[in-house]
Amino acid sequence: MIEISNLIKKYYVGMPNELTILKDISLSIQEGQFISVVGASGSGKSTLMNIIGALDRPTSGTYVLDGIPIQEMTENELSEVRNKKIGFVFQTFNLIPRTTALNNVELPLFYMGVGKSERRKKAEELLELVGMGDRMTHMPNELSGGQKQRVAIARALANDPAIILADEPTGALDSQTGKLVMDIFLKIHREEHRTIVLITHNPELAEQTERIVTLSDGRIIGDRLNHSQKTEVGVRA
Amino acid sequence: MIWENVLLAIASLRANKMRALLTMLGIIIGITSVIAIVTIGNAMTASVNSNLSSFGTNNITVFIREKTQRSFGGGIPFLGGGGPPQGGQIRGSGNSSRPEDSDLISLSMINKLKEEFPNNITGVALTNSVGSATVKDGEKYANVSISGTNPDYLLSSNMNILQGRYLNQNDMNNYRNVAVVSDRLVKSIFPNGADPISQQIKVYKTNTIEIYTIVGVYKYETSSMQVSTVSEEDVSTNLYIPVTTSKLGASQQNYSSITVVAKGDSSSIINFTTQLQTYFDEVYKNNKLWGPRVNSLETQLSSIMDVLNSIKLAIAFIAGISLLVGGIGVMNIMLVSVTERTREIGTRKALGAKNFHIRFQFITEAAIISGVGGIIGIILGTTVGAVVSVVLKAPVTVSVLVTLGSVIFSMAIGVFFGYYPANKAAKLDPIEALRYE
Ligand SMILES: Nc1ncnc2c1ncn2[C@@H]1O[C@H](COP(=O)(O)OP(=O)(O)O)[C@@H](O)[C@H]1O
Ligand SMILES: [Mg+2]
Repeated sequence: MIEISNLIKKYYVGMPNELTILKDISLSIQEGQFISVVGASGSGKSTLMNIIGALDRPTSGTYVLDGIPIQEMTENELSEVRNKKIGFVFQTFNLIPRTTALNNVELPLFYMGVGKSERRKKAEELLELVGMGDRMTHMPNELSGGQKQRVAIARALANDPAIILADEPTGALDSQTGKLVMDIFLKIHREEHRTIVLITHNPELAEQTERIVTLSDGRIIGDRLNHSQKTEVGVRA
Repeated sequence: MIWENVLLAIASLRANKMRALLTMLGIIIGITSVIAIVTIGNAMTASVNSNLSSFGTNNITVFIREKTQRSFGGGIPFLGGGGPPQGGQIRGSGNSSRPEDSDLISLSMINKLKEEFPNNITGVALTNSVGSATVKDGEKYANVSISGTNPDYLLSSNMNILQGRYLNQNDMNNYRNVAVVSDRLVKSIFPNGADPISQQIKVYKTNTIEIYTIVGVYKYETSSMQVSTVSEEDVSTNLYIPVTTSKLGASQQNYSSITVVAKGDSSSIINFTTQLQTYFDEVYKNNKLWGPRVNSLETQLSSIMDVLNSIKLAIAFIAGISLLVGGIGVMNIMLVSVTERTREIGTRKALGAKNFHIRFQFITEAAIISGVGGIIGIILGTTVGAVVSVVLKAPVTVSVLVTLGSVIFSMAIGVFFGYYPANKAAKLDPIEALRYE
């Protein structure tokens, strides 16, 4: 479902300080796969995720998502792709301040044009799913980091996206809370068979995913299927 | 969608109450001043109108005044420059000169005037101010100012005859010693309610005592513009006698001023005023020293209104500037808000917000700030306007049009000045916005 070939991303194109961040990336991800992207800081993980998430366009190369070439889209079309196909989870949560958990989760549905009552129902279901059913009307500043990230995951799921993109979702959390958040990803992968791309520093978390892609200096230097993962999920289940 | 954006905007404004309020302040001050000025202006106009029209807007006064040196010299240059010294010229250069009886308006001139404009003239009121006097009856007294008038005088005033009748032509022709007095005088001189009609009163002038028979009583009215400095019982009221009687034995039999009571609406009266000026200019064209000046309340009223309107306009312009400053304040705060919420904008875009969603969100906020400011301004402005109107003793008028217009205008200011910041927000690159620290 994700087909990236010969993708190059440059900054300051044509200027003396031109920077090539992603160098000839080719990657394909099947539907329902839980994949992790690891690599040193500055290796280009977030840049890659932004392109997969239709937030950014490649300088050259192609990116086809569900058969649609993304590199040729207008800004508004990209917005629509993000709205319908992508669910973002950020390291810094990025909940809308002074807006309740419920309203945060409703937001993607709001931009999709879904009516109030349906939105509310869906948001409540999702907050229940991530274990935040008792905090629905709380403001972000009344929530702990782990709780915020769970609300953010619920929000990422709101529009039934094909892909969940999580950029170091546990990076700002302690390891205990991080495990809890990871468990939610594992659960939604297992139960809803969603494609998840997880960017992480933590090899322990990467080991729980089905496939591990290693990035270094803008190139893929490792890509392996992880067979130990299945048993681990089995143990948990 | 629109309603939800409004709720969203209200929530975000409530999160920053103080700032929203300070931003509104500019709009509040602007709208308050606009509304207050319009309300006060309307009250003043109404007050001037009602006060002046009580004097009779159908009246056109014609009075004889000295022609100025300039117009005299300019009109007939060779006479002014090289003519032999005449009595007239010597009189003309002095300030204390008095017109001869032949320089003034005679009864035959008035008759000719009436014949000339039968369709425009209802009547010609004549007055001759005799002076002040006191009506006494033992201990009882009343101050009066004696006015010689003709029957047409009644047409020129809005006098209300309570009892008896006004002066008539018979009184005039026979030089009768009859008088029309105020109800106030009747109260002072006949305190026990006796019928004043046909009663005789003694009028004490400086050197003489005259006896008049009361034929009518009119209702005394104070103008709201008049400020009385004397005590209630000393207030002087008019005592009207036939103008012929008043001029008995006087050296001047003609009139230095007459009041033409005209027919028609305000514009035709203004027209007729000019016509009369032309007519009298023609009559007086051979008089080197004295000439007519024709004036009507209507023309004065319209020039007063012109002045009032230009004052209103000038103040409204200043108020408009304060509104503009208020709008710039809204823009300023919206720019700050956009910068502060850069990450939020990035997040919204990541969640699928299109540019118009973001633009609409910020424009809605700006419109609500200025719309609420506008409503507060209307309440304050109407209050200020009403208080001032009451102080001016003028009717309080609230213009629905101006009020509605102000709300719409202030919201338009919000949209106008909010557009630039909102557009800036809408055009933010989502990645840049998400990376913003
Ligand atoms: N907008 C940008 N302009 C210039 N350089 C950028 C920009 N965004 C990212 N970079 C650079 O791209 C490189 C990769 O960044 P990133 O993808 O965030 O790395 P990672 O997520 O793997 O830590 C870094 O060296 C960073 O400085
Ligand atoms: Mg990163």
